[in-house]
Amino acid sequence: MRRLARFFVLMAMAVLAGCGKPDFSDAEKKTIASLALSRLPALKPDTTNRFADVPAAAALGSTLFFDASMSRDGTVSCSTCHKIDRQFQDGLPQAVGVGRTNRRTMPLAGIARDPWFFWDGRRDSLWAQALTPLENLLEQAGNRAAYAHYIKARFGDRYERIFGPLPDLSEIPANASPLGSDAEKAAWNAMSDQQRDATNRVFANIGKAIAAFERSIEPPQTRFDRFALDLATGAEPKGDAAFSREEILGLKLFIGKANCVTCHNGPRFTDNGFHNTGVPPVKGLPPDRGRVDAVGQVQADPFNCFGAYRDGDVDACGELRFMVKDTPELVRAYKTPSLRGAATRPPYMHAGQFASLDEVVAHYAKAAPSVEGTSEIHPLELSDRERAALVAFLKTLAE
Amino acid sequence: MASIWRYLLAGLGLAALLAGILAVVYLTVPRTAQIAGPDISRTKKTENGLFMASFAPERGVVRQGELEAWLLTLKTIAGTPVEGAAIAVSGGMPQHRHGLPTSPQATDYLGDGRYRIEGVKFTMSGWWQLHFAISATAGSDTVVFNVVL
Repeated sequence: MRRLARFFVLMAMAVLAGCGKPDFSDAEKKTIASLALSRLPALKPDTTNRFADVPAAAALGSTLFFDASMSRDGTVSCSTCHKIDRQFQDGLPQAVGVGRTNRRTMPLAGIARDPWFFWDGRRDSLWAQALTPLENLLEQAGNRAAYAHYIKARFGDRYERIFGPLPDLSEIPANASPLGSDAEKAAWNAMSDQQRDATNRVFANIGKAIAAFERSIEPPQTRFDRFALDLATGAEPKGDAAFSREEILGLKLFIGKANCVTCHNGPRFTDNGFHNTGVPPVKGLPPDRGRVDAVGQVQADPFNCFGAYRDGDVDACGELRFMVKDTPELVRAYKTPSLRGAATRPPYMHAGQFASLDEVVAHYAKAAPSVEGTSEIHPLELSDRERAALVAFLKTLAE
Repeated sequence: MASIWRYLLAGLGLAALLAGILAVVYLTVPRTAQIAGPDISRTKKTENGLFMASFAPERGVVRQGELEAWLLTLKTIAGTPVEGAAIAVSGGMPQHRHGLPTSPQATDYLGDGRYRIEGVKFTMSGWWQLHFAISATAGSDTVVFNVVL
């Protein structure tokens, strides 16, 4: 009799243990599979940069990325803000280069897959993006004529082996740029069209080398990916691939009731779009209207896809050609960031408005109206347990 | 002593029966209730009945997050291809508060009433609408196509 009782107790325990197993509907399983890193397609060639996959270009790009001489005062490189040991970001609410900027540094994993760059998409290629901080007064604060001279003096041989002969720079002023100080602008305006084009071409190639390097920075596999892989194959998740009940609840909320997956979709957890989600402005920073002001900037950029420095065919310029230019939705719309690794890189949002994921989840649950334009998000009833579960799930994307 | 075990056995038996019934109910009821979706037909009459319009991806498949070309085919009700039409494209996601993430345009006339619509991109799953304003010699009309991803 006692043996029989033991048998029933064991059976009851087995039934109870079964209740804790992740149980997802077919639709949920499909969504979870669509988020897994294994679904990330191979990186497409960038035909606008014919050096994008040239190893020597990537090697020069990495040298330049970490070279503090690539700034006006010799103290700031790309890596000052895009720190190699911190997911290529700096953990600050707003980036600090030569001066203090008004935006959060973006991490770089998978960046080569973006159609638009910066929080507002004011550049349309990775190489055009890389040029912008070089001349921004608050970032590297240099000027393109000085960069051309520096490349010739310091990396002339390496440059020429990749890009071909450098132009004659002997008549080019030491400092000149259409974006610099009044003296630099005057010097730029005094140059011939040919000199300006020659300088722009060296400058564009700097961006193309840095972009070639940045293409190698890809997101690493996480606990979530191991869990998703086991779920897809029907294997029992083992070790850290097994999710706790809280993490499973968080995942279910993320792809269900909380609607996070609407915008944070695909293996990079981003739709690559721009949305107004009512994120408040930061006191003391200059007015920031997001995407609506970036449209004109990317159109005016001489290094955009329609410009003279693009390699390859104009067919690659679909994003710029079919860009949304004038809808009210662009007001205070910012890029959907990837959530991979987000849990270990506070603060959050385009100007570091929120210090923790708890604050981010609270913001999306409350869905306060935007100070300008209309927020796309709706208020959401989330219990304390559900909020904590969402945060627990997000942490699985950073472990 | 024996009677306690009998009660326990009966209790477990009832619990097993209950679990069985719950399992049957759980396994037979559809997981998600089917919500009546929008009309997703790819061929339809335009709003005022002026044209027959068809809308289909040029490569046959729809890939989320990619810029794609679609074909809009316009014929009169009698079946004659509509040539020289001016086409304006708009749209969005009716259940969200946003329009299209791109500005698709009619970029080419391919003959036989077929117009290439380039720059179509669906950035998320759900219910999308594409609205076409068509102006041709036969007159002006509009048509809305629903795409559910």
